Amino acid sequence: MRWLKKKTYPEFWTSYLEHFKTKTKDFNTLRFIAFDTETTGLNTETDRILSIGAIAIKGHVIKVSDSYECYIKQDVFNAKVVKINGLLKEGRLDKIDESTSIIQFLEYIKDSILVAHHAAFDVAMINAALKRMNLPKLKNKVIDTGRIYKKTKYVKNDKHYSLDELCDMFNIRMHDRHTASGDAYLTALLFLKLSSLLRKKNKGLKLSHFLDWI
Amino acid sequence: MKHTIAERIYDFLKAFPPFSMLSRAQLLAICKAVDVHYLEKDTDIFINGSPIKNQFYVVKDGAIGLFKAQTNALVDKCDEGDIFGLRALMRQGDYKLTAKALEESIVYSISLDLFEAYIATNPNASTFLISSFATNTTYIESSTLEPAKTALNVPDFFEEQSANYSKNPVCCALNTSIKEAALVMTNKRVGSIIITKNNKPLGIITDKDLRTKIATGFMSISHSVDKIMSSPVITFPENITVAEAQIAMIKHKITHLCITKDGTPNSELKGVLSEHDIVVIRENNASVLVKEIKRATTTQQLQHIRKRAHEVLKRYIAQHIPITFATRILSAINEIITQRIIDLAIKDMPTPPPTAFSWLTIGSQGREEQLLLTDQDNALVFKDVSEEAYESTKSYFLKLSKIITNSLNTVGFEFCPAGMMASNPKWCLSLSEWDIQFKEWITKPDQDNLMLCTIFFDFEYVYGDKTLVNAMAEGVSKSIASYDIFLNFLGLNALKNPPPLSFFRQFLVEQDGAHKDQFDIKARAMMPLVDAARLLVLSKNIKINNTILRYKALAEAEPQNKDVYIACQEAFKTLLRFRTEQGIRHKDSGRFIDLQTLSKADRLELKNCFKAIKDIQDLIQTRFKLAQFM
Repeated sequence: MRWLKKKTYPEFWTSYLEHFKTKTKDFNTLRFIAFDTETTGLNTETDRILSIGAIAIKGHVIKVSDSYECYIKQDVFNAKVVKINGLLKEGRLDKIDESTSIIQFLEYIKDSILVAHHAAFDVAMINAALKRMNLPKLKNKVIDTGRIYKKTKYVKNDKHYSLDELCDMFNIRMHDRHTASGDAYLTALLFLKLSSLLRKKNKGLKLSHFLDWI
Repeated sequence: MKHTIAERIYDFLKAFPPFSMLSRAQLLAICKAVDVHYLEKDTDIFINGSPIKNQFYVVKDGAIGLFKAQTNALVDKCDEGDIFGLRALMRQGDYKLTAKALEESIVYSISLDLFEAYIATNPNASTFLISSFATNTTYIESSTLEPAKTALNVPDFFEEQSANYSKNPVCCALNTSIKEAALVMTNKRVGSIIITKNNKPLGIITDKDLRTKIATGFMSISHSVDKIMSSPVITFPENITVAEAQIAMIKHKITHLCITKDGTPNSELKGVLSEHDIVVIRENNASVLVKEIKRATTTQQLQHIRKRAHEVLKRYIAQHIPITFATRILSAINEIITQRIIDLAIKDMPTPPPTAFSWLTIGSQGREEQLLLTDQDNALVFKDVSEEAYESTKSYFLKLSKIITNSLNTVGFEFCPAGMMASNPKWCLSLSEWDIQFKEWITKPDQDNLMLCTIFFDFEYVYGDKTLVNAMAEGVSKSIASYDIFLNFLGLNALKNPPPLSFFRQFLVEQDGAHKDQFDIKARAMMPLVDAARLLVLSKNIKINNTILRYKALAEAEPQNKDVYIACQEAFKTLLRFRTEQGIRHKDSGRFIDLQTLSKADRLELKNCFKAIKDIQDLIQTRFKLAQFM
């Protein structure tokens, strides 16, 4: 039967999976990747990723040297989105194919813990792209800064806190909103602030403190 | 590839030195590799005594405090764009301070590798960074102090000065035993010894080598020095600057540099420059002194600082730093010392001053031409008070002046033998009394009064209510305007000392007294220029005290006589330098010059100065029609 037949995956995918074989170490040496996607719209099925921005956090420090940024060539194009994020279909940026960007992104993130604001959407966008490449979903653990915020504050309502609102609340100066890299950087800063709140609360910090709430 | 985050960091850093001094490519390369730290209030970035991390920091948002270990005193506060942690990086030792977030902060860190690749190699940036060290260890000024005056914003030539190295390095030959070498080092009390061959440096042994290679038992003390020496040595030519030296030490992670004749290891060894030498130079940096003055609480401390200021001056003179620059620095230091003394004196009084007053310096201090320590000349003006209050007010200010002049004396400005000090009831007057006094001198210009005018007309505000000083100056111009024949008398007085043109044929030297056979550079050369400048600016109602600046202003006001004025300006600079050099050499006021000690070049230089004096005196004689008075 077809589903029993061992599926063969391209090399980049197998080497991506390789990274998950080693066990995660202590919190301070863990690599987190704050990332954000800019998309043509909010429909994970029909919309497409315009750009990905990502930056690493290790030992409570944001590593600018360890970051990723790409812009993706479009077939589907939604003119309305241009107003928000300024990514014109034929802009001046160097653009790559969606599949190339996914290959690069996987190579970059390895087994790191992904951090995103309202992570479910960004992860779904990447997974949709993976599906178009006939690949399974992302294997990484994911942390949602929106949800951590609610946990740290014991907010019980269902309010949806935008990145803008949280940056305001946490006194983070906003630059480059609505660019993937800019939002990834803001998310990274927000993550650092939330981590230190959690650390205070728990007198120390373990990965489980985050993952408990996912 | 586009790097949005690095570009944003670039936009921030490019506004601040030293990053502003880098090229776009250099700075962008740094930005692509910075680490971003988030710090909650009260979290430490590094702690005193902990080993250094190979990076330094720039504050992005918030504020970082640097604290002293034992006292936990706040030493410095860094905010947006400020750099910290670099000093330890350069020193490569443990942290000597603790850095803590005073509020929630975001800090960028930049690695040593990046620093070496992009900043240390940029002369402007490295010079800036090293000079910023000085400010990194200063104490926060007491909030009671008045804001620093503009004179302090004079840039310091310090970093570009040649570093002062030990000129008699302790050396030994290759076959010397380690024990012998250590004995020589101990006897000579030095921390390093250079191994030489034909007077060329082959290697170096420092205290550290003895500690790590001998005391640990790795090597016997009977071995020869070449077994443990560091070789080759890092060499530089004699004119190495402080900035270069420091960069070289960081780059090679060493504490000693060898100075050779041509800067290569293949030439004659001239000296050794140690990290300690740099520390010593740095401690006597003018801007450091100014900061120390502001936190001094006793006159003894100020006395010590003034002595160090003299060392700064010596360095400036030895290294041909422009004399106008040296004068500005030294005058600023003297002025701040005086201000600090007055602050302290007011605190010593049982009550605050009963009314507004102003402290003035007069004579050469007022003209800001005093480089060497000479005696003090000062005066005090206080606001007019009612007749009943006058006695108590005057006695208050006399008492205050007594404390101030005593402190100035302790610091090194000796009492004026002629009693021209604010502690003298004659020179501690109310505004209207000064007005009357000036009017009297102007309307009765006899010899004595003219002499007083030449001293008191060059008053300069130092402390207190500046409006009083402005009112005094106003009074002087009004009195002169209503009695303009005074200028003719002042003119005659200015011509009293004709230029010593016979200097080279038969030396015009002092005929008798202790300074027989010496040339009085002050009376014969400098005062004629000072007097001429004063007369001319008074006649033009220009309010400037400094002689060099007076000539500069005159050259602008009278383009037709520009050449004469510029010549006088240059002559005065030369004479000031000359006198200062003499004073440093002979540890005195530099006023009397022994003609035997002058070189041919010195004599020619002086001769040019005398020519300028002759020209300006001719100009005055014509302008004020003085021939008919003579």
